[in-house]
Amino acid sequence: MPRDPLLTAGPGRHHPFLMLCIRRSLAGIAATCAVSLLVFVGTDLLPGDAADVILTRSASSGGGTPEQLAALRAELGLDVPWPQRYLGWIGGLLQGDLGSSLVSGRSVTDVIGSRLGNTLVLAGTATVLLVPVAVGLGLWSGIRQGRPGDRVVSGVAVAAQALPEFVAATLLIAVFALIAGLLPAVSLVPPGTSPLARPEILVLPVLSLLSVMAGQSIRMVRARTSEVVRADFVRVARLHGIPERRVVWRYVVPNALGPALQLLAGSISWLVGGIVVVEQVFAYPGISHELVQAIISRDVPVVQALAFAMAVCTLAIYTLADLLVVALVPKLRTGG
Amino acid sequence: MTGAIAEVVGVRVEAPGGALLDHVDLTVLPGEVLGVVGESGSGKTTLALALLGETPPGTRATAGRVTVAGTPMLHVTPAERRQHLGRIVAYVPQDPVLALNPAMRVGRQVAEVARAHHDRRDETIDTRAMRALRRAELPGDPSFLRRWPHQISGGQQQRVTLAQAVVNEPRLLVLDEPTTGLDVITQADLLAQLRRLRDEAGCGILYVTHDIAAVAGIADRLAVLYAGRVVEEGPTSTLLSQPRHPYTAALIDAVPDPRRARGSAGLPGVVPPVGARPSGCSFAPRCGLVERLCLDAPPPPAHVGTQHRVACLNSERTGSVVVSAPTVRRVSTPSPRTSPSPANTLLVVEDLHAVHRTRRRQVVAAAGISFSLDRDECVALLGASGSGKSTIARCIVGLHRPTAGTVRLGGTILGRSVRHRRRDQRRRIQLVPQNPADTLDPSRTVGEQVARPARILRRRSARQAVAEAVELLDQVRLPTAVAARRPGELSGGERQRVALARALAARPEVLVCDEITSALDVSVQAVVLDLLADLRTELGLAMVFISHDLGVVASVADRVAVLADGRVCETGPTREVLESPRTPVARQLVHAAPRLPYRDVADATSVS
Repeated sequence: MPRDPLLTAGPGRHHPFLMLCIRRSLAGIAATCAVSLLVFVGTDLLPGDAADVILTRSASSGGGTPEQLAALRAELGLDVPWPQRYLGWIGGLLQGDLGSSLVSGRSVTDVIGSRLGNTLVLAGTATVLLVPVAVGLGLWSGIRQGRPGDRVVSGVAVAAQALPEFVAATLLIAVFALIAGLLPAVSLVPPGTSPLARPEILVLPVLSLLSVMAGQSIRMVRARTSEVVRADFVRVARLHGIPERRVVWRYVVPNALGPALQLLAGSISWLVGGIVVVEQVFAYPGISHELVQAIISRDVPVVQALAFAMAVCTLAIYTLADLLVVALVPKLRTGG
Repeated sequence: MTGAIAEVVGVRVEAPGGALLDHVDLTVLPGEVLGVVGESGSGKTTLALALLGETPPGTRATAGRVTVAGTPMLHVTPAERRQHLGRIVAYVPQDPVLALNPAMRVGRQVAEVARAHHDRRDETIDTRAMRALRRAELPGDPSFLRRWPHQISGGQQQRVTLAQAVVNEPRLLVLDEPTTGLDVITQADLLAQLRRLRDEAGCGILYVTHDIAAVAGIADRLAVLYAGRVVEEGPTSTLLSQPRHPYTAALIDAVPDPRRARGSAGLPGVVPPVGARPSGCSFAPRCGLVERLCLDAPPPPAHVGTQHRVACLNSERTGSVVVSAPTVRRVSTPSPRTSPSPANTLLVVEDLHAVHRTRRRQVVAAAGISFSLDRDECVALLGASGSGKSTIARCIVGLHRPTAGTVRLGGTILGRSVRHRRRDQRRRIQLVPQNPADTLDPSRTVGEQVARPARILRRRSARQAVAEAVELLDQVRLPTAVAARRPGELSGGERQRVALARALAARPEVLVCDEITSALDVSVQAVVLDLLADLRTELGLAMVFISHDLGVVASVADRVAVLADGRVCETGPTREVLESPRTPVARQLVHAAPRLPYRDVADATSVS
């Protein structure tokens, strides 16, 4: 990447960060295109197609005849070669048309629209809480490496990380919903309303997600911080008599933060998969129910739309984190 | 002593295994530079830290006291100590690249140290920072202040650390190997600057180093540290011209001299590690003058002249005998060659062009480099940092792709990248890298890593390769036990020898040595050079030796090529180039090279 001839001369020289942002965005778009192809081909390769499933379901035994199958395929547009279907899909995508469900015939946008919104609310809330918790506790325990505070945080983090999310969720339900009765055990959202209208239903799902993600994130931020704490420039700063508080805020934190955020991006993108389990446990009306249903019924347009949305989220998170790191690390920012 | 700015009295710093420092007495007077010289493991860094009231993790100061400007530094609360650090005693670290905060602008880094000892609303902070920058001879314009550490040169980074140290006008500066890693020209600049700084600020300086030649030009007095004790102390001129401790004499003898293509004498062995120190004189195991009495108790320091103390029972004999002591060996002076003979030519580099890319710019590292290397010849590539030496080395071994030009080995043109070279071609050229720590796998044992080239490049069986590795480790004078250790457990000098052994495991014909001695103690350096000379005669090894140290070059190379701006600007037999350089670049390098000023006197007796 540093070999870009654009950067050795010309206008980009003086705005390396701007150039980098542009380049990263272009790379992100390229990756999105590649992902769209993979998603399409991947879903297309699923054994059996919607025609199979529909006929198997409607006919009581053994599925339809080959003629029925062929007719249904033609009706659903499944008989066209896949490159053509791919281009059609991309074309629709660009116009905001995700096609329609093969099973219900409703537009995919309708099927997943509100559900995707609900999932994003859940994931977003978890992320907004995760970043300060992970960065704060990670820095705090990294600076105190080996002292009691660090041991407690690190120990709890390992335990939380080791717990699968459905166990964490079940435990939380048992304690807060069944024993204490403080919070609802399931997080039902009436159609047409936003989960934010009843924030209490979000508490337990968010906590379940956090318990798994935070453990790993805290440990990563802590590892990076304790590396910085041992760096020569921190030791030298202390030998210059710079007060400890200042050493932490001006020497340790700025150097630990950039790389820490990059590590966090990994945790956040884990959400994309992890959230499915948590939604199921709490019967939360997010995308997971639709996704599982669509996979079972080979409802390809729905699967494609959801898979693509998840991939784009992941890409966006990583790109954003990369740019944040570059913005926070002078050496990267100035292109040295 | 009254009037001393810093006093170290009877200091003992103890680690669980034994003492890192013991019975150390030193003083620094105002405006004086005290050079503390010692090999790795001598305790010199511990001593430097002790003056700052710090002991290495896991150790304690169990006896003695350290005072700077009348203020005790040991056994005070951290808060009190912080008040003194950077204000009455300041530290100049070894490696400025690592010592500067990568996320803070240069001007801020200096101001931050001023701020640590002044009220944050104090308006003098900025003026102090500016004055410090001026004293460190750095530009004070806003565009410089706003740069990040990675945007300034290595010499400037060093000056920034110097500015940080002087910003609060401390009474004592503690310099910890400040010139390691700088090329001779930058080093000469820094030393000149330190002299001016001392004259201007009037502070005392404690200069800790393994490089006697560098400190000789600046120190008023020298103290030689060995295994945690001061074995000799005295005025620089006296100590260098009439060393009274055999260790001092050997150390001085180990310094190669650029003006004479004379060999240096190796000092075999290493400083005994903490916990394995003999009950008597610690130097006894390496000493040519050892007697029974030496083994009983550490010899007490005794005055042998004005301000000249030495801790040796045999100090009267030192001057005359040490040079011919049985443990000290001389490297044979390379025989001067007239010109390369075509029939004997092994390696030919022809019109090599290479660029070194960083994210933003291209640096031309080689712009038409040509030279040839005979069998069993050593050619030195000499140049300041940034002259493209390392890139050329990497092109030769195929780790860097040249943009044009060829490298020929025994008449065959080699592929530009190692991937395009046959196994046997790879085997025949081996690189000993500048920083072995970067090229050794931290998770594998030394034995495995030294055995690897024999397995991969020479198809030896695992068992055979390991047996050879043990032999090679022995050949580079490392104890067999090292084979089972990991690189992290070794010292810099040991790692460098491991890297050498690893290169030799391939049984190469050409050894490309990239600044291999720059991080070594003079004594280890002399041993390594000695070893290379032996290997050259034993194995008929040809070498491309890259260095900025003229002394080293003088003692190993047959011919020298002086590089500047990616070109060979002067080439010729070593002696000729170093004695009468013709081009300005070569003259500047020769002029900047540190040397022992009193050597001529010492040599009158030892050269025969």
